[in-house]
Amino acid sequence: MSQATESDVTEDGVIESVSGPVVKAVDLDARMNDVVYVGHEGLMGEVIEIEGNLTTIQVYEETSGVSPGQPVESTGAPLSVDLGPGMLDTIYDGVQRPLDVLEDKMGSAFLDRGVDSPGIDLERTWEFTPEVEEGDEVGRGDVLGTVPETESIEHKVMVPPDALDEDETATISAIESGNFNVTETVAELDNGEEVTMRQEWPVRKQRPTKSKYTPRTPLVSGQRILDGLFPIAKGGTAAIPGPFGSGKTVTQQSLAKFSDADIVVYIGCGERGNEMTEVIDDFPELPDPQTGNPLMARTCLIANTSNMPVAARESCIYTGITIAEYYRDMGYDVALMADSTSRWAEAMREISSRLEEMPGEEGYPAYLAARLAQFYERAGYYENTNGTEGSITAIGAVSPPGGDFSEPVTQNTLRIVKTFWALDADLAERRHFPAINWNESYSLYRDQLDDWFLENVADDWPELRQWAIDVLDEEDELQEIVQLVGKDALPEDQQLTLEVARYLREAYLQQNGLDEVDRYSPPEKTYRILQGIKSFNDEAFEALDAGVPVEEIQSIEAAPRLNRIGTTPDDEADEFVSEIEENLTEQLRELY
Amino acid sequence: MKEYKTITEISGPLVFAEVDEPVGYDEIVEIETPDGTTKRGQVLETSEGLVAIQVFEGTDGINRDASVKFIGETLQMPVTEDLLGRVLDGSGRPIDDGPDIVPEERRPIVGEAINPYSREYPEEFIQTGVSGIDGMNTLVRGQKLPIFSSSGLPHNELALQIARQATVPEEEEGDDEEGSEFAVIFGAMGITAEEANEFMEDFERTGALERSVVFMNLADDPAVERTVTPRLALTTAEYLAFDKGYHVLVILTDMTNYCEALREIGAAREEVPGRRGYPGYMYTNLATIYERAGRIKGEDGSITQIPILTMPSNDITHPIPDLTGYITEGQIIVDPDLNSKGVEPPINVLPSLSRLMDDGIGEGLTRGDHGDVSDQLYAAYAEGEDLRDLVNIVGREALSERDNKFLDFAERFEREFVEQGFDANRDIEETLEVGWDLLSMLPKQELNRIGEEYIEEYYQDEEAEAVTADD
Ligand SMILES: Nc1ncnc2c1ncn2[C@@H]1O[C@H](COP(=O)(O)OP(=O)(O)OP(=O)(O)O)[C@@H](O)[C@H]1O
Ligand SMILES: [Mg+2]
Repeated sequence: MSQATESDVTEDGVIESVSGPVVKAVDLDARMNDVVYVGHEGLMGEVIEIEGNLTTIQVYEETSGVSPGQPVESTGAPLSVDLGPGMLDTIYDGVQRPLDVLEDKMGSAFLDRGVDSPGIDLERTWEFTPEVEEGDEVGRGDVLGTVPETESIEHKVMVPPDALDEDETATISAIESGNFNVTETVAELDNGEEVTMRQEWPVRKQRPTKSKYTPRTPLVSGQRILDGLFPIAKGGTAAIPGPFGSGKTVTQQSLAKFSDADIVVYIGCGERGNEMTEVIDDFPELPDPQTGNPLMARTCLIANTSNMPVAARESCIYTGITIAEYYRDMGYDVALMADSTSRWAEAMREISSRLEEMPGEEGYPAYLAARLAQFYERAGYYENTNGTEGSITAIGAVSPPGGDFSEPVTQNTLRIVKTFWALDADLAERRHFPAINWNESYSLYRDQLDDWFLENVADDWPELRQWAIDVLDEEDELQEIVQLVGKDALPEDQQLTLEVARYLREAYLQQNGLDEVDRYSPPEKTYRILQGIKSFNDEAFEALDAGVPVEEIQSIEAAPRLNRIGTTPDDEADEFVSEIEENLTEQLRELY
Repeated sequence: MKEYKTITEISGPLVFAEVDEPVGYDEIVEIETPDGTTKRGQVLETSEGLVAIQVFEGTDGINRDASVKFIGETLQMPVTEDLLGRVLDGSGRPIDDGPDIVPEERRPIVGEAINPYSREYPEEFIQTGVSGIDGMNTLVRGQKLPIFSSSGLPHNELALQIARQATVPEEEEGDDEEGSEFAVIFGAMGITAEEANEFMEDFERTGALERSVVFMNLADDPAVERTVTPRLALTTAEYLAFDKGYHVLVILTDMTNYCEALREIGAAREEVPGRRGYPGYMYTNLATIYERAGRIKGEDGSITQIPILTMPSNDITHPIPDLTGYITEGQIIVDPDLNSKGVEPPINVLPSLSRLMDDGIGEGLTRGDHGDVSDQLYAAYAEGEDLRDLVNIVGREALSERDNKFLDFAERFEREFVEQGFDANRDIEETLEVGWDLLSMLPKQELNRIGEEYIEEYYQDEEAEAVTADD
């Protein structure tokens, strides 16, 4: 997090009461959302309510032992993040303290209290290459130069949004290439502004942009059911609700690994420590499917696990989206995953109840819906103030109690997001993964993304998809009958439809997130698998029409091999499907 | 240390007292009743002039004349390796007539969170000798894997079987004599004396007590004490694991009683309740227990947790199992139906899950085909299970030959794979062998989740099947 300098610290206030993460102080001279240091240990907190002389603070660290009478200092600045090179390939806690630095400073694997650290390394130097010259005119957000931040990402050093007014410009009076740390001036403007590679930005405030567009490019996820049936746009929003163990985290991680975003901000909000460790272990090893570089080179992790202080959980979402906005400003496509937004909502609820605010539905504060909307609103496909285009795709996991989607967090989220990937306990229990229920899920982006798929993948993409949807719908209806009378009581053509639907489920919708090949399916392969199943469908129905009994059609040897396309390497998949198509045609035609 | 006689209100497990000096949040309080008994409590809320105290041992006997003493520190657990072999009460005091415990250190029981950056990802296979776990829901070192059960089911037997049989196969064979030792920490919350005896007898019979530390809060012990028992147990576990290098298995039972105690305190504080009356912060609170499992980079020891909970009305959506499932790395489900069929242990593998399984199994860890076999067994058992409903309606004759095979498969899966008794210890090879026996009932092309090379290697064709059918 961004650190205030000593001189900013105002006169002390005094603690009046302590209840868990909520501390009240008197005589504190602070504004709403100012960062304060609480007690003798200087625990970090934020002002969340001011009433007369009484200031309420949410404390980002454990408060055991803190007592009334201890001092509180205000930094005079709102909760902000440090923005600059060095955020990628880093893991932060909810208030942007780098966890590796904390480990170092605390000298322990356990998180101690009262230790602070800037969000980016203030000493490390970076090689700055100017993109403008002395005398050039620049506006806010304009790119002054670049820094190779990681092997994948060129970091753009921009005029900070608060350095100039909306349409104001300034002239570069000095700019130099060379190695600088983030506190050194790399450029001077004629209005006296000295630009460094480090910006600060209050997390609760959206960074300015020029305009928001309708997104028309998909965030290609490499997940068949997503790309194929429920695609999300770059700049879109999605919710993944589901009961525990249904696959929210695996889906989010797959997206973080394989989607074609430039930058990934992954927020572990109130979830498991080991899941973050897994990311820290895996991402440096896994190649980014776009660049071949380690995934970590495009990733920023924020980890505020379930046992870490609840107030920092409340803020971690804001920390994450602010970092995402900063990279968007550079013209990048950023994908942000928040796992889980329910834990975030619960953090709000916990703080709110300690404040004795009037509870809304199920004890959540009345402003829950507004906060969720504000968060997802910060996603989008934008034209930035510097004229570049960038996007933030926001994907939030939702963990409804008892897996019941009628609860407030799911419902309020559904009102905002345009893509809904409903995870299903039944499917998960059957090990049908990803356990995304195809009857319940939807994507409102489908039509606006069709052009992209038509142009880039296949000219019958929408038709083929519609065929698959129709078969799955029909299966759904037939299943109800089967439950009552058994499959064999159905007419033969319906039995065959069920067989085709089974292949759709097993060979197309299912995708093993843990298999090295299957976990990522490029759109071409996704399309080809569907084509293969359609070929089976067409040939099988012809055989049926020619009088071949369905039982015989079902027992041809070639068809079950459809289920193996997923695990066939991408560059062999096309040939493999062709082979299956040939075989099954041959085997079916032999029957009549 | 200041003493007050300023109690203004007593309400359920809570006592309110006036103070004239500041008191720290979470600090320990000693309350002496007029008849001379001392009770301990903890500061729940502190403000100038007034504190709210949660009394561990119940507030009975406390009146306005009771004296209140603030110790000036938060609750600490005295830790030492000498705790091994000892039996303590739910507040950490010895109850076994053993010698006084001379602590090496005193540690605050509210453990600090492990820095996610410092964790080591758990991936060492623990062989429990139970096929339903090893084969289908593999446990690894540093995992938190609860048992979801219901009253009257043999979850304790299962937990004991795991505690008895758990080994890490490689180490067993390897020659690293200096490898870390194994310890069991048992934290009981509100269990009956009978259940407690069951555990103690087994510990004594098998000699496990020597390498165990037992914390006992029984059903008739104070409910509020249950909120500290697991923390005492885990503080001890952390000391043994990360200071002394032990591989610690922590068994906590019954987490349902723990949650009931939380609810009681919440109600006494007149908090706005969350779902079904449980506090809104129960998720976070449970996380501060369950997340105290794991491995740490550079440390030899580990903490593996097996919390046990009984699901009220066997309802998995009840807040206690629900919030637990959202925190733990899977769950093992003990099932009433299998129990009444006499399957021992009655593990229902379908809703069970071990999320850390994938990294702990496979070539070099267990066996190359393990993942595929387990996937296929699931799929086949699930299919058979599904057909059972249908068969009740239409009868077996109405089903195809294929369907009948799956029905038979499901039956044999329960009888041969899951069923093994509480004393049998199957190694992973045996478990997989039983798995292949069963899979070989199905035609090869049905085994679409298994790599063709494994089918080649392990599938038993008809002749072979006849030999194994009656074992
Ligand atoms: N796409 C997938 N491929 C293979 N296995 C999967 C897939 N998705 C989920 N699983 C399995 O399901 C388990 C649980 O998934 P995950 O951890 O993502 O659940 P979750 O919805 O995030 O649960 P929680 O709410 O408790 O965090 C995984 O450990 C894995 O075994
Ligand atoms: Mg998850």
